[in-house]
Amino acid sequence: MKWLTCKETSRLLSQGEDRGLAFGERVALRVHLTICTGCRNVRVQFKFLRRAVARLSDAGDSR
Amino acid sequence: MRYASLQLRDAASAEDAVQEALVAALAGESGFAGRANLRTWLTGILKHKIVDVIRRQKRERPAPAMDVADETEFDALFDERGHWEEAPDVWQQPEGSLSQKQFLAALEACLKALPERTARVFMMREHLGLETSEICKELGITATHCWVMLHRARMALRQCLEMNWFAK
Repeated sequence: MKWLTCKETSRLLSQGEDRGLAFGERVALRVHLTICTGCRNVRVQFKFLRRAVARLSDAGDSR
Repeated sequence: MRYASLQLRDAASAEDAVQEALVAALAGESGFAGRANLRTWLTGILKHKIVDVIRRQKRERPAPAMDVADETEFDALFDERGHWEEAPDVWQQPEGSLSQKQFLAALEACLKALPERTARVFMMREHLGLETSEICKELGITATHCWVMLHRARMALRQCLEMNWFAK
């Protein structure tokens, strides 16, 4: 199995929000995330961005 | 009209094409002279007009600079082995931020700072909730291209929010 770099991981984390990842990608991602705090934080932040932008539209409606 | 809309995906352009076709048809009335039937004749003219409009759109909105993956794009963030130069930290109380007006203003400012097309793709995905395939179709870009732009947007936004909000 190929080891992911943080750079590749950030790309897969982003794509995971937009498409279904292949089995191999999910495995590689999980392995990297178990050893990398920085990438784990980025995963949480990407998901947070989605909720934040959704909140923006709520606020926009009342403006 | 529906025929034109299907191909131009934009009501105003479709209307233009239909109108131009009708004008051309009226102006060239003599050209009809019993050829085929009226419908076939008009559709033929309309086809030419649709192609005209598409060409004109291409001229007016030139193909954007390619946003394909640039290997050097995130060089400032990663070292030569692809590891974080500075590992991203946990954001403190992100949920609490969501209900703060100042946070939403900071987020909006970060969105505005994105390149126009990147922001557009990101908003189509996250704000309108469109699937990548729909965005690709709408903007005439490939899925890969779309993912590159979404990744770029997320990286830029997380960096911008970290600097302007969570670091405070």
